[in-house]
Amino acid sequence: MRLQYPSNIKIVSVPCTGKIDLIYLLKSFEKGADGVYVLGCIEGECRFGTGNLRARKRVMQAQKILDSIGIGGDRVQMYNLSSSEGPRFAEFAAEMTNKIRELGPNPIKRFREKLAA
Amino acid sequence: MIIAEKKPIEEVIEMVKDFRKILIVGCNECVTVCEAGGKREVAVLASSLRMYFMNQGKDTQIDEVTLERQCDREYLEEIRNRIEQYDVVISLACGVGVQFLAETYSRFPVYPGVNTCFMGVTEERGVWSERCQGCGQCILGSTGGICPISRCAKRLLNGPCGGSTKGKCEISKDLDCAWQLIIDRLKELDRLDEYEQIAPIKDWSTERAGGPRRVVREDVRQ
Repeated sequence: MRLQYPSNIKIVSVPCTGKIDLIYLLKSFEKGADGVYVLGCIEGECRFGTGNLRARKRVMQAQKILDSIGIGGDRVQMYNLSSSEGPRFAEFAAEMTNKIRELGPNPIKRFREKLAA
Repeated sequence: MIIAEKKPIEEVIEMVKDFRKILIVGCNECVTVCEAGGKREVAVLASSLRMYFMNQGKDTQIDEVTLERQCDREYLEEIRNRIEQYDVVISLACGVGVQFLAETYSRFPVYPGVNTCFMGVTEERGVWSERCQGCGQCILGSTGGICPISRCAKRLLNGPCGGSTKGKCEISKDLDCAWQLIIDRLKELDRLDEYEQIAPIKDWSTERAGGPRRVVREDVRQ
């Protein structure tokens, strides 16, 4: 397909989105990620039954925490697609990138830069 | 086990926002099983607090440790050498652990990171319910293994009240009437004649009403 999607996205592969623990999402932000999105299989079509449903709940937990501490829950999102939907993959990548551009950089980066200076 | 719930992050922040060196201490027992204060919850709280303080522009050190138990001195001793480095401790153990930690290290402010709820069971992941109130005088032998003290809203000892409807308690349609459960169980065990026996007045002095309690066993005491 040779589809284009924003080059600023780093892909972290996991065997199933059910592997994604809440702490993985939080650590990404702690280390300076501006946004994180989880791409899981279509709901109801998880090979392991409930992996993507668990991931959705963990994304919701992360959103709540990020809202509470002033980082912004919108920076973490869950999307679902099947492995054959290349165009959707590129669409979600662009959508998330635009959303994060609107929100601006992760606010804790300012602190890290200040410490480094 | 003892069931606890995580305190809202805002409440924890309010307690420790003026400190600069924070140690979060988890417990590997009950609160790990009920997903409120184990190693994972310690990591989540630590990460959340680190980000909160960084966002506020404050350089705050937040470290993590999870002890086997916080209700035994031997495990609390494991942090004796490192606790000196901190201004404050957040304990994610139940109220018992928080108190024992505070008692052991009385020079340090200790704050609770969870709300301790009750002694109960895991019905399914994410659902816990009460089973025991520690009344100090167990009557489960005569009630078919179902406790009317913890599971009946009125703690009745001789059958259901008038509020029992279709097996449910009057305080909630989702709550089983404990006495209905007891009668059904005794019927199943073919022991319904025991239901007819009047339970004597319970000695509540062994319950919380008798003041803080203590068990001393001279046969094992050192």
